[in-house]
Amino acid sequence: MSTVPYDHHHEAAGHAAHGHGHAPSFLKTYVFSLDHKIIGLQFLFSTLIWFIVGGMLALGVRWQLAWPWSPMPILGNLVGHAEGGQIPPETYTMLVTMHATVMIFFVIIPVLAGAFGNFLIPLMIGADDMAFPTLNMLSYWFMWPAFMVIGASFFVEGGAAQSGWTSYPPLSALFTAAPGSGTGQTCWLIGVTLVGISSMLGSVNYMTTIIQMRAPGMTMFRLPMTIWAMFITATLQAFALPVLTAAGLMQVTDRLLGTGFFLADGATANNAAMQAGGGQPLLWQHLFWFYSHPAVYIMILPAMGMVSDMLSCFSRKPLFGYKPMVYSIAGIAGLGFIVWGHHMFVSGMNPALGLTFMVSTMMIALPSAIKTFNWLGTMWGGKIQFTTPMLFSIAFVSMFIIGGLSGIFMAATPVDIFIHDTYFIVAHFHYVLFTGTAMAVFGAIYFWFPKMFGRMMNDQWGKIHFALTFILMNCVFFPMHILGMRGFPRRLADPYHYDTFRDLMPLNQFMSWCAFLLVGVQIIFVINFFYSIFFGPRAGRNPWHANGLEWQAPSPPGHGNFDFQPVIYRGPYEYGSPEVDVDYYPQTQPPTGRDVPAAKH
Amino acid sequence: MIKRLLRWLPNFWALLFLAVPVMGVATFVLADIYNIWLPRDVSEHGRTIDQLFYFILYLTGIVFIVTEVVLFYFAWKYEAKHNNKPVEFSHGSHSLEVVWTILPAVTLLFIAIYQMDAWAAAKMRPPEIPFTCEVTGRQFNWDFRYPGPDNVLYTPDDIVRTDGNLYLPYGEEVLLKITSADVLHSFFLPNLRLKQDVIPGMDQKMWFRATDGGSFDIVCAELCGWGHYKMKGRIHLLKPEAYQAKLEELRQEQDTMRVAENQAN
Ligand code: HEM
Ligand SMILES: [Cu+2]
Ligand SMILES: [Cu+2]
Repeated sequence: MSTVPYDHHHEAAGHAAHGHGHAPSFLKTYVFSLDHKIIGLQFLFSTLIWFIVGGMLALGVRWQLAWPWSPMPILGNLVGHAEGGQIPPETYTMLVTMHATVMIFFVIIPVLAGAFGNFLIPLMIGADDMAFPTLNMLSYWFMWPAFMVIGASFFVEGGAAQSGWTSYPPLSALFTAAPGSGTGQTCWLIGVTLVGISSMLGSVNYMTTIIQMRAPGMTMFRLPMTIWAMFITATLQAFALPVLTAAGLMQVTDRLLGTGFFLADGATANNAAMQAGGGQPLLWQHLFWFYSHPAVYIMILPAMGMVSDMLSCFSRKPLFGYKPMVYSIAGIAGLGFIVWGHHMFVSGMNPALGLTFMVSTMMIALPSAIKTFNWLGTMWGGKIQFTTPMLFSIAFVSMFIIGGLSGIFMAATPVDIFIHDTYFIVAHFHYVLFTGTAMAVFGAIYFWFPKMFGRMMNDQWGKIHFALTFILMNCVFFPMHILGMRGFPRRLADPYHYDTFRDLMPLNQFMSWCAFLLVGVQIIFVINFFYSIFFGPRAGRNPWHANGLEWQAPSPPGHGNFDFQPVIYRGPYEYGSPEVDVDYYPQTQPPTGRDVPAAKH
Repeated sequence: MIKRLLRWLPNFWALLFLAVPVMGVATFVLADIYNIWLPRDVSEHGRTIDQLFYFILYLTGIVFIVTEVVLFYFAWKYEAKHNNKPVEFSHGSHSLEVVWTILPAVTLLFIAIYQMDAWAAAKMRPPEIPFTCEVTGRQFNWDFRYPGPDNVLYTPDDIVRTDGNLYLPYGEEVLLKITSADVLHSFFLPNLRLKQDVIPGMDQKMWFRATDGGSFDIVCAELCGWGHYKMKGRIHLLKPEAYQAKLEELRQEQDTMRVAENQAN
């Protein structure tokens, strides 16, 4: 517990020093660190590297959709296996699969919970570290075997997995069904299970820390939205993950030990000998989506939390409807467990179930709508500062509206009959995940960078990065809606094999050009990021004049985080309070005692 | 000059957010002009599905435009340099919360209930007629088995076709039996607004009444391996008489092939 006051020497010593008089080795400080901030940064750097890998895989996909079968310069030789840079269809399928796998399991989930969860939770609640530092370190180090098996799977015979990130059996369970259904698929299952273990370790830690280690005065309803979101995300993970882990192991035994959980009687592919049956391929889909639907919220709730904090800070105004915001996150999490069937409307699941899943899915759009209105309410009547993090946050809201609304089309079962597995779905999840979550993550990096490294990122270049990213990503993803309306199917190595889709090629080429540029302009971010770590202007403790507790700690905070015992007097959103002369009122500042007319509520 | 540009810059950001609804609507208008729109529909229930699609499109379209314009307006009006008034020190509004909870709740529930009948018609109420044809997906082809003159599947007079061409009558109710021989596939008929995954070991029914003739694509919509992209078929909707004649032609073709095979043996 952080009830022990810290003496002041620690601040100057920075994060290299520990209170026991001897300086720990480099290895202990930066590699096998128990400090939540270092672990958070480890997650951040790892996920940024995988972000680049995932982006490259996407470019392979985009190349093939624009110029099918023509040799792809540079990248083609890496992925195309000695065929002069041409991408063969099985490689295309692998690219689609691994792009999604890397982005979901190695980028979005670990960057939100792993990087920001780790870095921010103790700082924002006034703790000196996580409840279980060793567990925390393990949660990072369990990512490495996952990185290695998935990384190695690209080089095994048959290549990496090719059955989509959803990995539906029998395609994934039968070795003979596809080249990637050999060792590549086994690696995939092991890799994903390891990521699951990592998330589980993190999640136990976050829940305990948030419940047990809040500083004096930090009641649950004084927690920033980021922490609420992290808390509820951790609960989601704790309840949903065991199902994925079990399902993954069941698929492994189907593949290696001859069980038949997911294989019907007489299961075979490519004239191979039949395998044990008696199972049901749909069972996998139920188990998979029972995890993966909650997982899509694991991939956005923390982003929503961080955006709420940034919007309030740069509107210089309290968050609109704090409690409704908390309740709607809880509502999303609760409902999130009873909507998984919306991924299976046309899967062969009993159609009567489709009706119930339609109703629950429609209802889950409700808390999303409430959140959107409250974000708009937060901006209303404020004094908005268009800093880089604010621009990314507004973009998140703007883009989330699109992603949420397209969800309604697909929740409507009759309409989903037509648009399921078309580009409409691809548009939907890129709007929520890329233009949504990824924008929130960029914003959060610009916002908390000064706390992480003690220096500011360049705001001008941040804005240029923002503007280009914002325009280009919409050029890439918005047309996907109309492609989907036309029935353009996803995951086709050569859609133009169908005459009806030939005329969509120029549009796809435009989208691919924009995708290449979109990846290209991220260089601005990378340079800004690394340059600023070393040469950015020094940030004080509170460069944004924000209220949150983390801004009272030194930048970067030393080991143990706070150089004083934080005591919390109010929630984190008292911007523009009449009780003080400045427009912010930190959570730790004792009440001024100024008599003000009762604030509007 | 640069100074003026910079002073204009805050407006620039608000305008960038205004571009979202403007370009969004423009995309859909252009899509209509360039015919990137719902493909031609030739089925009865397809019309209902399209109507539901348009219903949701207009409804969400309005919500999209209104919320995005409000977002733009707030970004424009409350930008710190433009807004001289002190901030609204407000933590929320109970009555607003109630309004914007109940209104979307009712709308969403209405959409859900409104859709139910169309879903039931398409997926829950199969007609009580004999199977018109059996469809089997296999890597990477669609196979078809017609019951033949006796109208019963799996009898010697069945007509089996593996060339990916499916012949069916229009103007009549059609009942298909669909299944898979290996992995998952999805039997997708864009112009009939029908899609159903096929699963090995599981027989499912699919039914429709086509309203017009023509030849259309059969698309595999569930990833089934490296050749997924080429798992293409064609569906030919014929007048009932032409359909009967076509079946007869296929049967004779099959007979001649059998005879030839027997002679070869
Ligand atoms: C407004 C609330 C939302 C609704 C009503 C909704 C509804 C749906 C439905 C019905 C599908 C299945 C479509 C199909 O396969 O035919 C779907 C797919 C998907 N949704 Fe959402 N969604 C919502 C929000 C979100 C959010 C917030 C995320 C992520 C952060 C998300 C991520 C996804 C993903 C990744 C898929 C596709 C999975 C795949 O097939 O590969 N959705 N959504
Ligand atoms: Cu879902
Ligand atoms: Cu297929």
